[in-house]
Amino acid sequence: MRYQLIGVNHKSAPLEVRERLAIPESRVPDICRDLAAYPGIEEGMVISTCNRVEIVTHTVNGSADLRGFLHQNFHLTADELDAHLYEFREKEAVRHVFRVASSLDSMVVGEAQILGQVKEAYATARAVGAVRGQLDQLFSRAFAVAKRVRTETAVGSSSVSIASVAVELAKKIFGSLEGKTVFIVGAGKMSELAARHLMAHGCTSIFVSNRTFDRAAGLARKFNGQAIKFDDLYNTCDQADIVITSTGSPYAIFKREHGEQFLARRKNRPMFFIDIAVPRDVSPEMAKLDGIFTYDIDDLQQAVSSHVADRRNEAELAEAIITGEVESFEGRLHTLDVVPTIVSLQDHLETIRQAEIDRVRGRLGHLTAEQEIAVEALTRGIINKVMHTPITTLKTAAKESEATTVVDVVRRLFNLGEKDATPPEKKKEVGTRR
Amino acid sequence: MSLLWLRFALGCYFISLIYAFVALMRTSDLFSRIALHAASLGMVFHFVSLVELFVSGQIVWASVHNGESLLAFLSMTFFMIIYAIYKTTSPGVVVFPVVFFLTFVAAVDQQPVLLTQYVSHKGWLVAHIVLIFTGYAALVLSFGASLLYLLQERRLKAKKASSLISFLPALEVIDQIGYRSLLLGFPFMTLGLLTGSVVAVTTYGHVDFLDPKILLSLLMWAVYMVMVFTRWNSGWRGRRAAVLATCAFVAALAAWAANYFSTIHRFAAS
Repeated sequence: MRYQLIGVNHKSAPLEVRERLAIPESRVPDICRDLAAYPGIEEGMVISTCNRVEIVTHTVNGSADLRGFLHQNFHLTADELDAHLYEFREKEAVRHVFRVASSLDSMVVGEAQILGQVKEAYATARAVGAVRGQLDQLFSRAFAVAKRVRTETAVGSSSVSIASVAVELAKKIFGSLEGKTVFIVGAGKMSELAARHLMAHGCTSIFVSNRTFDRAAGLARKFNGQAIKFDDLYNTCDQADIVITSTGSPYAIFKREHGEQFLARRKNRPMFFIDIAVPRDVSPEMAKLDGIFTYDIDDLQQAVSSHVADRRNEAELAEAIITGEVESFEGRLHTLDVVPTIVSLQDHLETIRQAEIDRVRGRLGHLTAEQEIAVEALTRGIINKVMHTPITTLKTAAKESEATTVVDVVRRLFNLGEKDATPPEKKKEVGTRR
Repeated sequence: MSLLWLRFALGCYFISLIYAFVALMRTSDLFSRIALHAASLGMVFHFVSLVELFVSGQIVWASVHNGESLLAFLSMTFFMIIYAIYKTTSPGVVVFPVVFFLTFVAAVDQQPVLLTQYVSHKGWLVAHIVLIFTGYAALVLSFGASLLYLLQERRLKAKKASSLISFLPALEVIDQIGYRSLLLGFPFMTLGLLTGSVVAVTTYGHVDFLDPKILLSLLMWAVYMVMVFTRWNSGWRGRRAAVLATCAFVAALAAWAANYFSTIHRFAAS
């Protein structure tokens, strides 16, 4: 169990840092490939969402230089980055992956989107061969845990989400949303959800704009809205009271001068920008204008966090499930870890026993069938007695974290050679034979 | 008797006044209900006081204290109208202290003071006073609303989670309260000034534009007009509108204070 994880999330790093770490979807496969080829790493995958960038690996010896990998790939200096990074190993890494997949580490605890994003990341890494046995096990389990958390607790059921927080904020600005106009810039799942909420609370008309016009048209049709060519964005935008923006643009698309134009054309009626893009679509300069209210993904989180208390009980329940799952996953992995050692120990002693019997057979002369059986039983009994303590020790150790140490000691004492020498088929039969 | 009722009203307004200060720090539904009831009860006493004054024939239209009392009552009426429409007590944060102050001054020391000059057209004078006081009351409201707008805008910009549970109504609602008070107050103020000039002309034969009272009143009216115009033409709100509203309010205070040193518009000391 040499899992190692490093990353930043919405809690550890401000948006400015996450923006610089964000990996465009198209680059993820390459990064996974690079990761798997990085020294000290056996398997690796990357989870990159607007709230987190995480690198999950299975390493050769339990400690790979993941920071080095980040520095090398993201052109960030250690000073800029290290303060925001968290790093987990072994059991803690497993726990973190479980928590992320179960949406306990999410900005909006319990939101369902993250599981889909993790699954996607997993599929991408698997497709390029960066995920094999070990991470496979980890993530298959993580998905099962997420499902358990979802069905056994009410963490995901509450209506609190980015979308409903957006509605609440809009109401703080506009009072009633009756007759307000929404503009979706960049057709994405999250903006669609937010728009749906706003419409449900009274907003009447909707514009959709997207770099790919067809997608905008598709989404507009869903809402009975109007698709706007991306080039006409700035000419139309002032008609909207609420703008939900989530483009993949690497730079801000709404700048101060745009804000000033909008306000002038709207006679200073306020506008509400919900900026769920990372990197941000609304420049901080524009957000300073009087009459422009911008909430980026971090601000929304803050607003959301005031609701989080409501569901603390459910989250605690979910945490308990996760703790149990981490233990059992760890136990299973460790048992698997000691199995090859036990098998080679048995093989080793059996070889000695056979050799010794062969050696003395000549001196014993002819043996009757009963005598044959007695000798067999005697020698087998001796080695079983000898093996008994090491094997129970190994099995006990498997349940705790010292397994690796005990395995090493046993291997050295009995000169068992390389760890993974035993083919997996042999792992099945385990136990002290008496 | 009238004074006694007014003092009861003052006691009630005092409770509302406490609310105004508490509301700035924390939100309490119970307390805003108490404040509302206290204010309503205060208005009843206040109304009785005014009616009695009127019925007993003791009313002195040009008395400074009666005027203050009337202005306080009108401001409170505006507040209640807004409450009836928007179900919010938050303008009270500004209105209550102003009302309390006016009522307090009117209630503690009530000596009838009269205009020094004999006024020949009493009807015009009454119209002038009622109109201009309604204008003042509306101005108090729109001044209050513009301060609240600023406060709410800051809270939304500061993005504190607590801004979601603040006692303030939605930004656009505050804006509407301010704008409507402004629009309503402007014609009253204008007509009030016109009737005032009629009174001046009929009394003195001309309007003395160099008199501080007249100068300050015109200044106030000018600021008022700028407010209405900028709002109508370019939708000024927030910081700029608050600055203008503060100017108008200060000008109104100065115009009020000018009563004490104007030669023609004077509530003479007895």
